[in-house]
Amino acid sequence: MRTALFITCLNDALYPGTGRATVTLLRRLGVEVEFPAGQSCCGQMHYNTGYRADTAALARHFVTVFGGYDRVVVPSASCGGLIKNLYNPGAGPLGDAGLRRDLAAVAGKVHELMTFLTDELATEDVGAYFPHRVTYHPTCHSLRVLRVGDRPYRLLRNVTGIEYTELDGAEECCGFGGTFCLKNPAASGAMNADKARHVRESGAHVVTAGDNSCLMNIQGRLTADGDQVRCLHLAEILARTEEDGPLPGVPLARTAAGTPKAAVR
Amino acid sequence: MARTFVGWPAFPQAARETTRDTRLRENVRRATHTFRDKYAARVGERPDWQELRDSAAAVKDDVLRQLDRYLEQLEERVIEAGGTVYWAADAAEANRIITGLVAETGEREIIKVKSMLTEEIGLDNALAAAGIDTRETDLAQIIIQLGDDLPSHIVVPAVHRNRGQIHDVFVSEMGKHGRPAPPDMTEDPNSLADASRAHLREKFLRAKVAVSGANFMVAETGTLVVVESEGNARMCLTLPEVLISAVGIEKIVPTWRDLEVYLQILARSATGERMSPYVSTWTGVAEGDGPGTFHLVLVDNGRTRALADPVGRQALRCIRCGACMNVCPVYERTGGHAYGSVYPGPIGAVLNPLLKGVGDEQTASLPYASSLCGACDDACPVRIPLTDLLLKLRHSIAEGGDDGAVGEGRDRGRGGPHPVQDKAFKAVGATMEHRTAWNAAVRAAGLAGPLVPERHLPGALGGWTESRAVPPVPKESFRAWWKRTDGGRR
Repeated sequence: MRTALFITCLNDALYPGTGRATVTLLRRLGVEVEFPAGQSCCGQMHYNTGYRADTAALARHFVTVFGGYDRVVVPSASCGGLIKNLYNPGAGPLGDAGLRRDLAAVAGKVHELMTFLTDELATEDVGAYFPHRVTYHPTCHSLRVLRVGDRPYRLLRNVTGIEYTELDGAEECCGFGGTFCLKNPAASGAMNADKARHVRESGAHVVTAGDNSCLMNIQGRLTADGDQVRCLHLAEILARTEEDGPLPGVPLARTAAGTPKAAVR
Repeated sequence: MARTFVGWPAFPQAARETTRDTRLRENVRRATHTFRDKYAARVGERPDWQELRDSAAAVKDDVLRQLDRYLEQLEERVIEAGGTVYWAADAAEANRIITGLVAETGEREIIKVKSMLTEEIGLDNALAAAGIDTRETDLAQIIIQLGDDLPSHIVVPAVHRNRGQIHDVFVSEMGKHGRPAPPDMTEDPNSLADASRAHLREKFLRAKVAVSGANFMVAETGTLVVVESEGNARMCLTLPEVLISAVGIEKIVPTWRDLEVYLQILARSATGERMSPYVSTWTGVAEGDGPGTFHLVLVDNGRTRALADPVGRQALRCIRCGACMNVCPVYERTGGHAYGSVYPGPIGAVLNPLLKGVGDEQTASLPYASSLCGACDDACPVRIPLTDLLLKLRHSIAEGGDDGAVGEGRDRGRGGPHPVQDKAFKAVGATMEHRTAWNAAVRAAGLAGPLVPERHLPGALGGWTESRAVPPVPKESFRAWWKRTDGGRR
C-alpha cells in the first residue's frame, strides 16, 4: 500500500516541523509515507474567496499528483476537509464533470491526520510523551466539516505526562477564516482577541489543534500581547517520546513528576 | 424621517467602528449567548429535532418549486374570505399601494405590528412622506423608533441596547408621541414594560388602521399567521377597523399540517421557548369579529430574483428566527448595524445579495463578512446551507458566477472580476500549478524570511499585523528538508 503525505502549502513553507513530526509519528506506527514533490496547494484560499477557475486548476493538479496513491494523509482538517468534501458541491459545481469524477475517486483516499490515526490505524495510544499543560482548540473545519468529534481528545488522553486543561468557548471560531482575516481585520481581530483571552484563562502553556492556520492566527495574537503560550500542531505533540524529553522552554506540567497518564476529558 | 441604512459603509469599515464600541459589544455578547444557551436547551429536549429540520426544509422547498400555484390558491381563498389582494413587484410599488390604502381611510396615525418586510421596504418613511404617522407597537421596535435608531437583529431589533439606554430613551421621547413615561419608572424590565404598555394602550384604543406582516400564510385556507411574545400584535390585528398585511411571497405554507412543523421550530430557534406565547391567525374578515376590512399586499422585491438561482433559492426557506445570528461569532463582535441592512448576520450576508444583486460595494462586501466557521449551518432550523451560499455568492462576485441570477445586478456585467476583488490570486494560482515555480517560491520564502517585517506587513497583508505578530519564516521548507535528508532517513 502506497501512502502519500500531502503537507499543504502553509505547512511546507511556514510549519515544516509539523511535517517532520507527521513523518516521525507515522514511521513509528509503521507507516512509511512518500512525499510527491510535485504537490502544491489544494486551492482552499482561492476557493473560499470565490476564484473557482484557479481552484479547479489546483484541484486537477492535486488529482494528477496524488491520484496514484492508495492513501493520502493530510495534517490539516481544513485542507483535508475541503478535498474530502469535494469542495462543497452544494455551493455549485467545481470544474468539469471529468474533474469532479477524478476528485471523487481521490477524495475517498484522503485522510486527515487525527482521523487517520484513530480510524485507519485504529490506534489512540501512539506512545507519545509530553509533560506539559495543554489545551485543545477544536478548529471549525475539524468540528463542523470533518466532524472529528472526540478523536483528538482520545489521542491526547493517551499522551504520557500531559496535563489537560479546558478551553472556555472552545467551539467558537478563532477568527482566521483564510482571507477573512485580511478582508475583515476588525471583526477577525475581535474574535481572535477573545480566543487568546480564553487560552490565557485556561492556564495552558501549549495550545494544540489539527490546523496550523488557526494556530498561526492565535499565536500571532498571543505573541503580539507578549504571552509565552506556545501554539503547537497536534502532530508535534504526538510525535514526541520520552527519549525526546520535555519540550525545551516550556514549563513542566504539575503532573509530570508523578502520574504517568493525565486525565483528559 | 426615520433613519435608514441608505449610503451605509461596506462591512469592513462599518465593523471597524462597531467592534470598538465596548458597550455595544457587551450588550450583543450577553444577548446572543443567552439565546444560544436557551436554543441549545430547547433543541436538546427534542430527539426528533433533525427530522423536524428536514421536514421544515422539505415543505419550504415544495412551496418554492410551485410558488405560482400556491400564491394563486392563497389569493383565491383570501378573496373568498372577504379580503382584497394586491401584488407588488418591488418596495416602491408596495409602499404606493399601502400608502394609498391608508390615505383612503383618512387616518393620519396608524399602528403597526413588528414586521421585517415593512422594514425592508422602508414603509414608515413612505407613509411619513404622505403625512401619515406610523407608531410601532412591538416593545423592541418602540425602542428603535423612539430612539431614532436602526434595528440590529431580526427578532430582537434593539438587542444592542441595554436597559439603562432604553430607560433614557423612554424618559426623553415617550412624551413627544403620546403618554409620557411615568416619573417612577426604573430600569427594571417590568417597569419599562409597564411604561410601554400604558403608552401603547391609548394608541390601540384609538387606532382605526393597522399594518402588519405575517410569519406564515396558509395557502389551503387563505389564513395569515403572526407569532409573537407580547400580545401587542394581537391588539393590532383585532382592534382596528382596517388591517393591511404586507407579506413576502415566500411566506407560504401549503396546509395547516405543514404549519405544525414551523410552530414547533420557530420559537425554539428564535427565543429558546417551546412555543410562541401568542399565535394569532385570521382568514379574511368575519362579521363582528376583528377588522371589517382586510387587505393583503403580496410583495416580491427581489424574491423571484433569488428564486431564479437554484442554489440561492434555499435562502428563501428562511423563517426569520435569528438562530444564525445568535450563534455567529462575527455578528457577536460587530452587532447587526455593521451589515447595513435590516437583515444582518449570516442570513443577511446571503439574503441581501440575493434580493438586490451585488452591484454596490456595500452589498458585495457582505458575503465576505464570515469566517466560514459553519456554526450557522448547524443552527438553521430550515437547513439553509449558509456557508455554501456564501461561497456561491463569493464566486459570483469574484468571477461573475456560472449560473443563476445573482451576478446580474453587478455594474460590470457577468464574466469579469468584481471591482472589490484584486488580481493577486491569479499570480499565486499560476505559480502553484507549476512544480518548479512553486518549489522556487517556497525556497524564496525561506530566504526572504529574515527580511519579513515583524510588526507591520504591507498592502493587503496589513490586516494581519493590526493585531498579530508575523510568524517566523523557517530557513528550510519541508520539501527542502525532505530532499536533503531523504525524508529523515539520512
